[in-house]
Amino acid sequence: MPKRTDIKSILVIGAGPIVIGQACEFDYSGVQACKALKDEGYRVILINSNPATIMTDPGLVDATYVEPITPDMVAKIIEKERPDAILPTMGGQTALNTAMSLHRDGRLKKLNVELIGANAEAIDKAEDRLLFRDAMTKIGLECPKSEVVHNREEAARALANVGLPAIIRPSFTLGGTGGGIAYNRDEYFDIVQGGVDASPVGEVLVEESVLGWKEFEMEVVRDRRDNCIIICSIENIDPMGVHTGDSVTVAPALTLTDKEYQNMRDASIAGLREIGVDTGGSNVQFAVDPATGRMVVIEMNPRVSRSSALASKATGFPIAKVAARLAVGYTLDELLNDITGTTPASFEPTIDYVVTKMPRFAFEKFPGAEALLTTSMKSVGEAMSIGRTFQESLQKALRSMETGLTGLNEIEIKGAPDKAAIVGALARPTPDRILVIAQAFRHGLSVDEVAQASKYEPWFLRQIRELVEAEAIVRTRGLPKDAKGLLDLKKKGFSDERLAELTGQKAVDVATRRRGLGIRPVYKRIDTCAAEFESHTPYLYSCYEGDGVNPAECEAQPTDRRKVIILGGGPNRIGQGIEFDYCCVHAVYALRDAGYETIMVNCNPETVSTDYDTADRLYFEPLTAEDVIELVEVERRNGELLGLIVQFGGQTPLKLAKPLEAVGIPILGTSPDAIDLAEDRDRFQKLIHELKLRQPDNGTATSQEQAIAVAERIGYPVVIRPSYVLGGRAMQIVYDRAGLERYTREAVKVSGDTPVLIDSYLRDAIEVDVDALADKDQNVFVAGIMEHIEEAGIHSGDSACSLPPHSLPAKILAEIERQTEAMAKALKVVGLMNVQYAVKDGDVYVLEVNPRASRTVPFVAKATGQPIAKYAARLMVGEPLKALAIKKARGKHVAVKEAVFPFARFPGVDIILGPEMRSTGEVMGLDTNFGRAFAKSQLGAGSKVPLEGVVFVSVKDQDKAAMVKPVKHLVELGFTVVATGGTSDFLRKHGIKTQRVNKVLEGRPHIVDLMKDGKVQLVFNTVDGANALTDSFTLRRTALMNKIAYYTTVAGAKASVEGIAAMRAGALDVAPLQSYFKTTF
Amino acid sequence: MTSPKTAGAIDAAPRWATAALVLADGAVFWGKGVGAAGHAVGEVCFNTSMTGYQEIITDPSYAGQIITFTFPHIGNVGTNLEDIESLTPVARGVVLRGDITEPANWRAAKPLDDWLRSHNLPGVCGVDTRAITRRIRDGGAPNGVVVHAPDGKFDVPKLRKIAQDWPGLDGMDLAIEVTTKQLYSWDETKWALGQGYGKLTKPKYHVVAVDYGAKRNILRCLANAGCKVTVVPATATGEDILRHKPDGVFLSNGPGDPAATVGYSVPAIQAVLDKKVPLFGICLGHQILALTLGGKTRKMERGHRGANQPVKDLTTGKVEITSQNHGFCVVPESLPEGVEVTHVSLFDGTNEGLRCTDKPAFSVQYHPEASPGPTDSHYLFDRFVDMIDKSKGK
Repeated sequence: MPKRTDIKSILVIGAGPIVIGQACEFDYSGVQACKALKDEGYRVILINSNPATIMTDPGLVDATYVEPITPDMVAKIIEKERPDAILPTMGGQTALNTAMSLHRDGRLKKLNVELIGANAEAIDKAEDRLLFRDAMTKIGLECPKSEVVHNREEAARALANVGLPAIIRPSFTLGGTGGGIAYNRDEYFDIVQGGVDASPVGEVLVEESVLGWKEFEMEVVRDRRDNCIIICSIENIDPMGVHTGDSVTVAPALTLTDKEYQNMRDASIAGLREIGVDTGGSNVQFAVDPATGRMVVIEMNPRVSRSSALASKATGFPIAKVAARLAVGYTLDELLNDITGTTPASFEPTIDYVVTKMPRFAFEKFPGAEALLTTSMKSVGEAMSIGRTFQESLQKALRSMETGLTGLNEIEIKGAPDKAAIVGALARPTPDRILVIAQAFRHGLSVDEVAQASKYEPWFLRQIRELVEAEAIVRTRGLPKDAKGLLDLKKKGFSDERLAELTGQKAVDVATRRRGLGIRPVYKRIDTCAAEFESHTPYLYSCYEGDGVNPAECEAQPTDRRKVIILGGGPNRIGQGIEFDYCCVHAVYALRDAGYETIMVNCNPETVSTDYDTADRLYFEPLTAEDVIELVEVERRNGELLGLIVQFGGQTPLKLAKPLEAVGIPILGTSPDAIDLAEDRDRFQKLIHELKLRQPDNGTATSQEQAIAVAERIGYPVVIRPSYVLGGRAMQIVYDRAGLERYTREAVKVSGDTPVLIDSYLRDAIEVDVDALADKDQNVFVAGIMEHIEEAGIHSGDSACSLPPHSLPAKILAEIERQTEAMAKALKVVGLMNVQYAVKDGDVYVLEVNPRASRTVPFVAKATGQPIAKYAARLMVGEPLKALAIKKARGKHVAVKEAVFPFARFPGVDIILGPEMRSTGEVMGLDTNFGRAFAKSQLGAGSKVPLEGVVFVSVKDQDKAAMVKPVKHLVELGFTVVATGGTSDFLRKHGIKTQRVNKVLEGRPHIVDLMKDGKVQLVFNTVDGANALTDSFTLRRTALMNKIAYYTTVAGAKASVEGIAAMRAGALDVAPLQSYFKTTF
Repeated sequence: MTSPKTAGAIDAAPRWATAALVLADGAVFWGKGVGAAGHAVGEVCFNTSMTGYQEIITDPSYAGQIITFTFPHIGNVGTNLEDIESLTPVARGVVLRGDITEPANWRAAKPLDDWLRSHNLPGVCGVDTRAITRRIRDGGAPNGVVVHAPDGKFDVPKLRKIAQDWPGLDGMDLAIEVTTKQLYSWDETKWALGQGYGKLTKPKYHVVAVDYGAKRNILRCLANAGCKVTVVPATATGEDILRHKPDGVFLSNGPGDPAATVGYSVPAIQAVLDKKVPLFGICLGHQILALTLGGKTRKMERGHRGANQPVKDLTTGKVEITSQNHGFCVVPESLPEGVEVTHVSLFDGTNEGLRCTDKPAFSVQYHPEASPGPTDSHYLFDRFVDMIDKSKGK
């Protein structure tokens, strides 16, 4: 069946900002889908509010709407573009929910547009817990006992049937937000209530606990001829009870016999048929009782997912690309398997290696949240690794995490060696449980004991124990003397670094010894077919192979071309996410177009960079010096290696610059020394001094006494942080000596090895972010100046910002440009540079310089229509700036970036912004003036911007005066004001009619009661100092959980009023990127 | 290819080696021994299935072969008494990448290593099975010896000579070696989770199955479709078969060169066809039916061995993912009139099925009984029963 010709244009809905549970895997899938549909000749229209995605590059589709993904906005786009069809299966839960909402209110029908990929009925059946269970029962599949619950009465009835522990899953939420496991009655009713509140339809499923069972996933693809194939099976090492996104998983499933596997395969396919997923990819999750093999279906996602991205990367089968083609009518046998190029897509990939996926967490950024894993996803990123065996794969995964692990590193178990304490630790589903397990073996626990406590499958435990035993031998006897002994260790995945730790050597010595013995990794291809057919796709992973007698077989086959290697960013984390992958991908695109062979190295399965289609060659490898040096040497065996780009993937590759340079590997662009200069406090200060620029007063301290002395010299408040951190880790604003003492006592150990940096905090300064380009002859182009909405002191990644600046005078902007140029020249920047400034009382202060790609690069590119990452890559290989022919023309539009936070996932965490970055993603609002652009950014970020109603105001004293104007404006717009005592008095004094309301501590009814009753639509709340923070914590949490728009800074509040005013002045309209600028990339 | 082709220094066993794969072309892959001590000669083939190694090793079609498993972890679910396709494995030996681990499955009764030993099968682990697979892919399946020497003593030149002297599968009749010596009847049905194998209680038809090396799951699938089965040896004559007054006749899978069986198989099948008794063949049975009908078979450059093989049913246009294990195939151009091609491989376009237009007979090259592999093609057993229905005017 060839493709459909009755449809000409298709609207693809993206996933919006990166949030926990919905990350850049949807950019990867979306890009594949958009490209595939374009290749088929359709007019493709895209909506995605996330500017950091490759899919929103203006050259990818015909009309790119960087607009909030809300039903109203999508309806507006449909009215304007009149697509024939909507593909809602590429943008995660966001896209499905948006499409379903338009279906339910009849707008899809009215606008005569059909859903392709999955129809509304199928989506409903898969997503609605009750319908799903009925469907499964109908085809003879078991689900855990369950009941749908909307209120307390139903909850009580369900409890009697299901029993405790019970699992609570809210309907239609992503990543299981609001769900949990209840072990007692109180907890049960609490979680049910939370889940009902979190669910957009006020519904949860209460389910029989299958805690401790084995968890499996199947990735299925089906076409409209009912051809069904399984792309990949995935086995979770973490048993049921931990969200699959938070579990360590392996592919393929390792502990099923064929009979059980085929049962699961049959069930998956029968499930798809019954649900009615006619075309495309789906994910089906199962739980299996390890004692009896009893299998129950847990859930199904009728769309591409995080797991399907993983399955695609794990097997080389591009699920999203194929699913998009199936959605327009092709059948599997009509499509080619890209990787082999000779066999059809209608087959089941088989693999001859083991893939491990490991999640990365950010609990340290959310004090107050317990670091425990549940059925609600909490991880912010993941790494994937490939090895020939589970052990090799696991150890590669551990060092891919980039959390300082070199393998199964030792970890302290509180109370050890007391067995009860160890067993207790094993039973807790913590993020580092795999390390706890290894440690338990070191303490002498048996596999049975560990299995009993952790519920991990003993097979995996024995594998881990073997590694621990091998470590013990190395520790006592040193490195094996013979080549085979060392080769065997390398085959088990031990890094040189880990072996060095175990033997008290330096990693470089182990490497020298290893190489001296002729032990080098070889590279095998991911070919979908276990070598049955030849693969022409250089999608490679390293492993140690062979018998040590004959040379091991390597399939790398480096070409004779001129090549550039681009190092990616590794697993996503807060502070280093999709923005950096975007830059890496752009470097690949630019250099490929310029005729170079591009070679990508990365270990993040969610990204576009690790699509084998992106670069000419792909090494799916951990980003460690050892792994990178080995592959570089292989690439150098043929052709000419120009060098490596390490400045685009964030801190991860940057950290490798020095060790790579040390072994003579050329680094392109800004020199590692210049990068170091910018990070080194003393060297940088000297430079600033030479350039006659200003910095906030600052100093470094290596002890508490010194810290106090520095702070007192500078004067409080000060910004304090450990040196060399990313994303403002452990950065705080300290207001007085007591605060400083608390910080050095509780937050950060200060010592000679770990000094802290102390800066004067410029109160109420405006922060500015600048991205600039420079070439090898020190020509500089300032690509974008962004004015932050929130004042300095809020981490730049967490702050909203506006491009062009919305309040800074031209004189200041010119001065900022001058300073940027001066620093770029002084640092001999070649490529990208980012500078953060603070502007106070007309003075410009340099806060930070990073001669590398920054988080704002994609935003600047889309706000200005300049592909600055591509430009930078070309500058780095030696092209002059003038060759790029950049035109400094800017449209009249305004772009506002807003950050998106994961607070809802971390109960007990305050939402007050600070110098430590906590946002996971961002959106862009684009319109003709600041107010409208800001309003769009708020809608895009998921805020319910109210156009009328009640604003609650409670601000700290020093903010009260600044609040008068915006609140007055709201009153003029028809809002009524409630305020707490002090604020209320102040506002009244300034002629604003307010209604006083109790603070939480002042007795009921108080503000939280009002909010819970739906009587507040907007919250302005600023606080000062730790005590006030605790006072008003509940009200901020309530705003968050009840989805009331809130602002915790004066600047944010002011901007929101501008946004509301703009929306009141005229309804928001939609416009594609292509209408804002003509450049395309 | 970086593996050596010639003998020489490579013949000296490294200190740690307790097993090796020695190929006729000279290459030696050193590893650790698993299973029984000793050596075995055979054709070295590969299988790309990720599950079902016990079924694969007990599949009689692997007679004369040393199986290289491309998936590195083999043995991880142990072995049990249920997942067997014949009582005694006839494969010659196994070549594995990873060590055999302790089993991890609720049904596991014995570790694979012990099981191999109890069946006197030698094996080698720790070798680069991907490199071997690529070698087979590019150069065809070589003859070789798998040797397990716990004392670490190897006479490589002698083993190589054994490999070189082995005549190979071309023209070798292995069906005769693996077939049942006497007839037996069968009523066990397919496996179900929590129930194990079932029993056929109310048979609808009686089918005679000619055993060229039948996998048990074929018999189970026939029983599931309502057929009580009488299994007869490969050498059964037409009269031997028809004596049972079968409602249908089934030709099983089996090892070796189909052309080597024609002396006894073709006359018997011809007699069945002449009587217009409904007939269904699988794998070797498919090839023998083609030969009986006047077609030809040939050895393939690259055999099909895996559980992910796409086959297109030309009559419906649907694609089935199938389990396959064959090194010979039917040459479609050689098929006479009255025979049509019904299935083709989407991997290489080779023939995967045929049917007669004037007789109630059809056959497929692949393994619809799966075990291991996808169950997509189980419907063919029902199709066989439908054919019997029709022949009886039902």
